[in-house]
Amino acid sequence: MERVPILKIGDILLVSIQLDMSDQTAVQLQDDLAERIVATGCHGVIIDITALDIVDSFVGRMLSTIASISKVLDAETVVVGMRPAVAITLVELGLSLNGIRTALNVERGMELIAAARADELDYQLDDDPDAETATP
Amino acid sequence: MTAGVDLGQPQAQSVRSDEDVVRVRQLVRTVAVAVKLSLVDQTKVVTAASELARNTLVYGGGGTVEVTTVDNGRRKGVRIVFADSGPGIADLDMALTDGYTTGGGLGLGLSGSRRLVDEFEIETSAETGTRITVTKWSR
Repeated sequence: MERVPILKIGDILLVSIQLDMSDQTAVQLQDDLAERIVATGCHGVIIDITALDIVDSFVGRMLSTIASISKVLDAETVVVGMRPAVAITLVELGLSLNGIRTALNVERGMELIAAARADELDYQLDDDPDAETATP
Repeated sequence: MTAGVDLGQPQAQSVRSDEDVVRVRQLVRTVAVAVKLSLVDQTKVVTAASELARNTLVYGGGGTVEVTTVDNGRRKGVRIVFADSGPGIADLDMALTDGYTTGGGLGLGLSGSRRLVDEFEIETSAETGTRITVTKWSR
């Protein structure tokens, strides 16, 4: 069985799916990613599907599951590079990709993760009474 | 019977593992490109084939997929037959409803792939299994 490589770039895990995945490969990717998020402490996952000709309900469900798992593990998932024909087909198929953030390319995806992370840190700071007394 | 004259020999692919589902996708894509479907139509028919081939494997216990090019005089198209000798579909109306599943999936395979093709026929019985024929025509 083939395996999809996971690259670590700074605080982000980058997955670029370059092969026509069997269902088993897709499930393996899901497991590998969860493990790598915990092992690296990364706060962002970018899944690049530029090379995917199709996204069927199985892969769609895998993307949703990865997004949910990484959320629980304190990481944000962004799916990038969806082809227009794939988007049209997904909608007609009836797949809504619940809970998945998307961006047009990897660069925008990284910006989205950085922004989400900054918001979250701000929020935690506001919540912390010590931090409030420290600011004049 | 669906309109259209068969062109050439059908190409068959047995479906026994999820690697075979990948092979079905590749075969359907090759034929869809050969009959000059648009990129969106190629994507739709390959996606439908992926869903239906997975159903053949998961619910039908494996089977065969046959891909043929068809020509009705005005347009060319690709016709795909998914056949298994599994237990059949007990409640076809329910099975064709969005979100209904007996297998823990999303319940979009049958209903969703029907929307992605131009023609969709299904024969199913407990004795002979399930046979689904879909056709996508070029525009």
